[in-house]
Amino acid sequence: MAQDLDIIFKKYRQGRREDLIPLLQEIQTDHGYLSEEAIIRVGSHIGLSTTKIYGLATFYDKFRFFPSGRIHIKVCNGTSCFMNGSQALTEKFKDELKISPGQTTRNGNFSFEVVSCMGGCYHGPVIMIKDEYHIHVRPGQLPDLIKKLKYIIEND
Amino acid sequence: MEDLKRFLIEKVLLFESDTLPSATEKVLQQLRREKTDVPVIHISSNTSSIIAGSDKTFNTVKTYIEENEPSAVAVRVGCSGPANYEPLVCVQVPGKNKLFFRNITEEKVEPLLNSVFHNDIIEDDLLGQTGSKGFELWPGIAFVNELPFFARQKRIILGNCGCYDPESIEEYIARGGYSTFVKTIRHYTYEEVCDIIERSGLRGRSGGGYLTGLKWKQALNTSANTRYLICNAKESDPGSFSDRTILESDPHRLLEGMAIAAYAIGASTAILYLKSGSDYARSRMQKAIDMTREYGIIGHNIFSSGYNLDFIIKTEPGAFVCGEETALINSLEGKRGMPQLKPPYPTTSGLAGKPTVINNVETLMNVPMIMKNGPEWFRSIGTEKSPGTKVFAITGHGRMSGVVEVEMGTTLGSVLEHIVDGIKDGKEFKAIQLGGASGSFITPESLDTPIDFDAMKQKGFGMGAGGFVVIDETSCMVDFVRYYMEFIRNESCGKCIPCREGTGRMLEILESVIKKPSSEDSGTTLERFKGVMQLESIAAVMKDASLCGLGQTAPNPFVSALKNFREEFEEHIFDRKCRANVCRGLRTFSIDVEKCTGCTVCAGKCPVNAVYGTRLQPFFIVEDKCIGCGICFDVCKFSAVIVK
Repeated sequence: MAQDLDIIFKKYRQGRREDLIPLLQEIQTDHGYLSEEAIIRVGSHIGLSTTKIYGLATFYDKFRFFPSGRIHIKVCNGTSCFMNGSQALTEKFKDELKISPGQTTRNGNFSFEVVSCMGGCYHGPVIMIKDEYHIHVRPGQLPDLIKKLKYIIEND
Repeated sequence: MEDLKRFLIEKVLLFESDTLPSATEKVLQQLRREKTDVPVIHISSNTSSIIAGSDKTFNTVKTYIEENEPSAVAVRVGCSGPANYEPLVCVQVPGKNKLFFRNITEEKVEPLLNSVFHNDIIEDDLLGQTGSKGFELWPGIAFVNELPFFARQKRIILGNCGCYDPESIEEYIARGGYSTFVKTIRHYTYEEVCDIIERSGLRGRSGGGYLTGLKWKQALNTSANTRYLICNAKESDPGSFSDRTILESDPHRLLEGMAIAAYAIGASTAILYLKSGSDYARSRMQKAIDMTREYGIIGHNIFSSGYNLDFIIKTEPGAFVCGEETALINSLEGKRGMPQLKPPYPTTSGLAGKPTVINNVETLMNVPMIMKNGPEWFRSIGTEKSPGTKVFAITGHGRMSGVVEVEMGTTLGSVLEHIVDGIKDGKEFKAIQLGGASGSFITPESLDTPIDFDAMKQKGFGMGAGGFVVIDETSCMVDFVRYYMEFIRNESCGKCIPCREGTGRMLEILESVIKKPSSEDSGTTLERFKGVMQLESIAAVMKDASLCGLGQTAPNPFVSALKNFREEFEEHIFDRKCRANVCRGLRTFSIDVEKCTGCTVCAGKCPVNAVYGTRLQPFFIVEDKCIGCGICFDVCKFSAVIVK
């Protein structure tokens, strides 16, 4: 882990302030989230206090501070998906997985987030599970879907 | 490949005259796949078609070709517009017109291709044909550009979308691409380019409608050693996807527009600011930039003109407010994306304190066409004060949906009637929501408004990023307003108080309107009504006192909904009724005595024990206890629970 960070830091050797966001984005794509250690190391590289970096990272939606689950689910809440009932889907996910958007289940299996528009407006509501799109999803289909996913995790 | 590259650079890009020699034209025709000797199958491939399954279609077509028609070629092209027809497949048999088919999912590929190659077309999925002189007609098949969806459009910006492979620069050059840029940097000065764009009357398409040429001149006239051009491709309004479609379908035209704009202001760095999560668009843009670099279209001393240019892609880290110019610059500088007080405008002091021009994707897409055809040509399209066209992303309950482009001056009603083709499932039309989270609702009475910056402004509408949501009677306006308010509340950056507190309070009041009240005496009703009255004054304060456009326009959906659908708000407040049966808190549940079998499932699931009864006898719901969660409705297998 420490080594990975060094490789990324090398790309931004000058450690300028404007490199901060691309740096954090790259660490997140690489590790899946921003760990405490990563933020401290970024701070010493850029020469900024950790609180400032944390303040900046929490301002933006896309930074995560916990690892995402083995299966990450994205629920679209764009206007069109909303009109076709995406909020009921979010509620159902909350019920089924017992977590709120942005959280990860305790066993680390599932995490889900609500995103603003994925671009499949005619096929709403759209959800994305592990880079695969599911279209016209109804809340009633979710229990079976989650059972299937749990089965996949167990047999992995 | 190297030969082709040298040929395209020397014979096409650096060729001085407008008409190319016929030998060159012949090669270009091959590249454009106009005269082909082998069958070509075009499969649309962008985010919306991939969601509909076009990747699987593409793979199936490939396997089919390997097995049955080894000479045929499968090509991924961009999106031509209609999202409800995705995945769209176009088959071109040598010497014959192109045929378009809609909704070709993987299982339909084999019968479809069999039918085309055996000259026995399946009419079910057929959309129509396109072609020009010298090609054989398919008898009895309509032309695609005569379909109302396409016939009413004027496709200038989207002209190339869906026609070529976005990952091939050769095809773009064969379609006349980049030669305008090369001519511009070789024959025009910075001022001349600004002048041409100003004379064309091109206005910024991101909402404000500011003259683009004037903006460029301001940046050019500010003395500085470095200037920046930023293309704002961060459309994060929920439900608008036109920029993304353009990025994915015609990346090279955008790069050409950016390059010309950067030249006009004397900038040597052009930044493309992308929305987070649009990975597909990012990879296509990155490929396009790499190819332009390879061809020497960008880089150091471009074609010995003495002009240097470089493109950089930046992805925003996830904040709606970063669409605002000063917030965008802050986020590029590695700070929180919070807006700043203007002036100074970015054109005088922007990124790193240097003059910066920020233009929208759609604006920049117009630039190469204006430079090519001249400002008078552009002036002849659209209305006098708003020349050109406007792109809309149509979603919602309309029969058609997707990205469309219409001439300025077309009325909203005509778009709705001809292009959207009315409402799905024979429902009643209610309103159009134009311009995303900061837009307003357009009712049937205002449908005669022409699409024009000034005419819209006069009526208080904004076009914003071009979101066009068609709403039918099944949607509840109060819930809609709450949805937008929730979005804005989450996205408010928190810098200025009117926006931060205002959005929070407005959302709170709207939620109290659609929530089931704890007690139903006249006092609470009065309080609720008072809340709604206060909403109007909060909206007025936010409009006047917020720092940036996000806060100033945040109350727009509410204000226009209250103006046009006042009776719906009153119903929610006084009668506690939602006519569309959407607001969960206001639903009342009862059990149909005839249908109930007394299976006790609903009684067991009810979280507040509001369902009473004896086993195998009809149950009933105590309304005072019921919280309207709807679980009994969901679990009942005999549809005995009735919602009102």
